[in-house]
Amino acid sequence: MAYTLKGETGDWEVVIGLEVHAQVVSKSKLFSGASAEFGAEPNTHVSLVDAGMPGMLPVLNAHAVEQAVKSGLGMKAKINRRSVFARKNYFYADMPQGYQISQYDQPIVGEGTIVLDMPDGSTRSIGVERLHLEQDAGKSIHDLHPSKTFIDLNRSGVPLMEIVSKPDLRSPEEAGLYLKKLRSILRYLGTCDGNMEEGSMRCDANVSVRPVGSTELRTRCEIKNVNSVRFVMMAIEHEARRHIEVWESGGKVDQETRLYDPNRDETRSMRSKEMAHDYRYFPDPDLLPLELDEAFIAKIQAGLPELPDDKQQRFMRDYGLSAYDADVLVSERENALYFEDVAKGRDAKIAANWVISNLFGVLNKQGLAIADSPVSAKDLGALLDLLADNTLSGRMAKDVFEAMVETGKTPGVIVEERGLKQVTDTGAIEAAIDQVIASAPDKVAEYRGGKDKLIGWFTGQVMRATQGAASPGVVNDLLKKKLAP
Amino acid sequence: MSLDKATVRRIATLARLDVPDSDLEPLANELSSIMGWIEQLQEVDTTSVAPMTGGTDMKLVWRVDEVTDGGKPDDVLANATDSQGAFFTVPKVVE
Repeated sequence: MAYTLKGETGDWEVVIGLEVHAQVVSKSKLFSGASAEFGAEPNTHVSLVDAGMPGMLPVLNAHAVEQAVKSGLGMKAKINRRSVFARKNYFYADMPQGYQISQYDQPIVGEGTIVLDMPDGSTRSIGVERLHLEQDAGKSIHDLHPSKTFIDLNRSGVPLMEIVSKPDLRSPEEAGLYLKKLRSILRYLGTCDGNMEEGSMRCDANVSVRPVGSTELRTRCEIKNVNSVRFVMMAIEHEARRHIEVWESGGKVDQETRLYDPNRDETRSMRSKEMAHDYRYFPDPDLLPLELDEAFIAKIQAGLPELPDDKQQRFMRDYGLSAYDADVLVSERENALYFEDVAKGRDAKIAANWVISNLFGVLNKQGLAIADSPVSAKDLGALLDLLADNTLSGRMAKDVFEAMVETGKTPGVIVEERGLKQVTDTGAIEAAIDQVIASAPDKVAEYRGGKDKLIGWFTGQVMRATQGAASPGVVNDLLKKKLAP
Repeated sequence: MSLDKATVRRIATLARLDVPDSDLEPLANELSSIMGWIEQLQEVDTTSVAPMTGGTDMKLVWRVDEVTDGGKPDDVLANATDSQGAFFTVPKVVE
């Protein structure tokens, strides 16, 4: 079902492209030896290069290059053997050089693909246009003084990857899934921590609309610096509705940069940026072209971890999981590791169900990451073993799981303490069965006469007689034997 | 190629230079003659010469990712025209 928005004149389609700024995981800055760490005292993680002092020369951080190549390979993208750093010229108080060192017409990474798993089980391939390396700017703080802006350059020069999608996204939902998938890939690779709240991943959304059925590209607006997946989705929907209103009232959408205000759910124009569109890019004369040899790229390729898509395929193939379940389990590397610990040597589908429905349910409710899970993979595995050998019924296992979450005790201890053992002693069960059979000769006759479905009624009676402690599997087997004509 | 006064005004604005109107004409002439010199260079036949970035055969230098600098806010702020505490301060710029 394609996503459309209803207007006065008909249905509209939304065309979205995302630009993601992802902070590279590195110790030092892109072109200086100052620390790239977040949260230090103001202006302490600053070298004279980052402060834009005259005569200072940038020297490229090799690790940042590796991280960019690794990210490109993770998106199955073309790695450009030769790329060029360029100056993007504009003035802003938190950018002391007067230009940002970025890459323009020759980025380090070219076209790639990100595959989205849609909730209906289908997939969508979204094109990545490019990935390039660039410096971050410093930080402006506007609320410390009535007439002054305070500038902290700690972030100035921190390495960023700008990852630009093609205008392939067609709904806020797809935009959200794209961001989550990209974040998942970068986190698997260890090239960006993906923390949108702390600003290590930021998103600009390019949004335009067109009547359904049309293939034209109308004027787009760029919404800057949205800092959560949810806000990106809200901003896109809001902006698309604004465009539809403008077009339908006979107006024209102006190409401009806008800011999203999540408190008021609206976007507004950033007028100060109007003059700044002429960036006069040119190759940075302080930096020679960046050339990569095959051995450098091959070494990074060889060291790539198993990525979410490959892991998902493996989970489907080796464990027989559905595409959706596999996708849920692989989105975070730690979750996938946990699941594999639980599934090892056990029924993988049952393990997946327990991890997804029960464990993730608890973690979501308590706002915990898997690393802080009250139930370890080992203990959850032990619980599944008790279920598998019929010590516990399904209902009892759920109770034990709840107790494990509350107390952090192992399932063995909880079962002992609460005397929860399921009755598998066939003697006791047989006695109960004999009693049920003796008390319902008419039903026995009906069953023997061909009404197989009555087995459920017999099982229920026996379970009741044993107060739910009997193993349904054992009851069923014994009943069939005893009821056989 | 010759530049007109409007183009010079735009270049000056982008470069944050306050150029009085009376200087536009002479600046346009000076910039135009620099452009003329570059046009003259383009007359050289370079069809058999591979593109190069300099006269020496050098490769871009990379550094190892280690923290070797920073921790000197006083040096960083030494030339600031205005500062408060460990911050640079500028006239308020806010959207």
